[in-house]
Amino acid sequence: MMVWKTLTRWYHQLGSPRYFYRFSEVLLPWLWPIALLTTAVGLVWGLAFAPEDYQQGNSYRIIFIHVPAAGGALLGYVAMGVAGLVNLVWRMKMAEVMIKAIAPFGAVLAAIALITGAIWGKPTWGTYWVWDARLTSMLIMLFLYLGVMALINAIPDPRQAGRAAGLLSVVGVINVVIVKYSVEWWQSLHQGSTIKLTGGSTMPPEMLTPLLISMLGIYLLFAVSVLWRARAELLWRERKSAWVKELV
Amino acid sequence: MNPLRKQRLLIIIGVLAGLGAAVGLVLYSLSQNINLFYTPQQIVSGEAPEGAQMRVGGLVVDGSVRRDEDGLGVLFDLTDGAGTFTVRYEGILPDLFREGQGIVANGTLVRRDYFEAEEVLAKHDELYMPPEVQQALEKAGHPGAKPEPAEGSGY
Amino acid sequence: MYFESFAAFLQMGTHGPFVWSAYGISALLVVTNMWLAYRRQRLVLNEIRRLTRRDQGGL
Repeated sequence: MMVWKTLTRWYHQLGSPRYFYRFSEVLLPWLWPIALLTTAVGLVWGLAFAPEDYQQGNSYRIIFIHVPAAGGALLGYVAMGVAGLVNLVWRMKMAEVMIKAIAPFGAVLAAIALITGAIWGKPTWGTYWVWDARLTSMLIMLFLYLGVMALINAIPDPRQAGRAAGLLSVVGVINVVIVKYSVEWWQSLHQGSTIKLTGGSTMPPEMLTPLLISMLGIYLLFAVSVLWRARAELLWRERKSAWVKELV
Repeated sequence: MNPLRKQRLLIIIGVLAGLGAAVGLVLYSLSQNINLFYTPQQIVSGEAPEGAQMRVGGLVVDGSVRRDEDGLGVLFDLTDGAGTFTVRYEGILPDLFREGQGIVANGTLVRRDYFEAEEVLAKHDELYMPPEVQQALEKAGHPGAKPEPAEGSGY
Repeated sequence: MYFESFAAFLQMGTHGPFVWSAYGISALLVVTNMWLAYRRQRLVLNEIRRLTRRDQGGL
């Protein structure tokens, strides 16, 4: 019960633009250096210190950006879907702001996953691209992100734009499930998951550790990016309110 | 929760469930087209149409890679444990092509046991390890030093 | 370092062009995104300041 109460209090506090702005003000000055440092440590470790793979040699080092980017794109879409649901049911302004703040970096990460995957595919598979279930569903995810951004830009009224984008976010979560399980449900060229939440990962610790650090780094960068964009959007929307006038 | 919000939530859950079911059914009915390739079992059992352009995937049988008689192409057997057939290919094989590895080939199924490939792609598995570890495993007497991949994702 | 020399590190066996182009494109995209996100809040803040000053000037 205590936990629930704390959670609902956070929900209401962070749902208030003014509180959210102050909260991000405290968080950001140390969050962005940590995010940058974590990413740098993970990538340098993976690129220069992790051993090579017995079959792929050094080309496998692309995994240290490919998997964090793909994971971030998936996680970001789920977060956007949750914000979309909150917005559709509770008509919460903060949720509209979050959808708008999440979409751009989500799209960037989806694009990075696709591009690095293509570059990795050439030496490993022998082709840049193949229309298998994993690659195709990931491409659809990029288009969904771009669709959400386009909807927000195309509809002048922010409330209507938020609702339309929220609906696309919620519906698109179905595609996240498809991306995740595509390599298990269908025969594909793409390999199965290396990192498994349950059971052992199919990677030794000297490779897995830098991969997990890179993932954490990219997720933190995502958080920083979302906070910055959300702050800009909040300020602009609330520019006529007393708390913003007080601030500037 | 107030009734209006409850109603909205129920509508969204309903829409999602409906869409999810629709997408699931479409994907299920299209599954043969979404599968990138036919497995050797499907080829041998005649599920794959003879004479048609298609992709096949499987493991290259150990010791089966050989030059064909005119010396231009390479022949190898592809298996999934439930069926085996021969593939012929002329061209450069990818780096990761080796016996015991999974591959996907694009070409024509000439007969139920013979496939002419125009393109051969290596299918990598999700296992990673340093070369020393692999050598150590080999020394310890694991043939091929290939740890069993998780079930169902062998190739 | 896993590699014997810095040159070997850059070469990545035979895979240098693949690895470095993948990381180059990724770095470019991430840095551009972070910079745009950061700059946007600065720009908005400045714009609001400008509007406020103009409103006050008009009164």
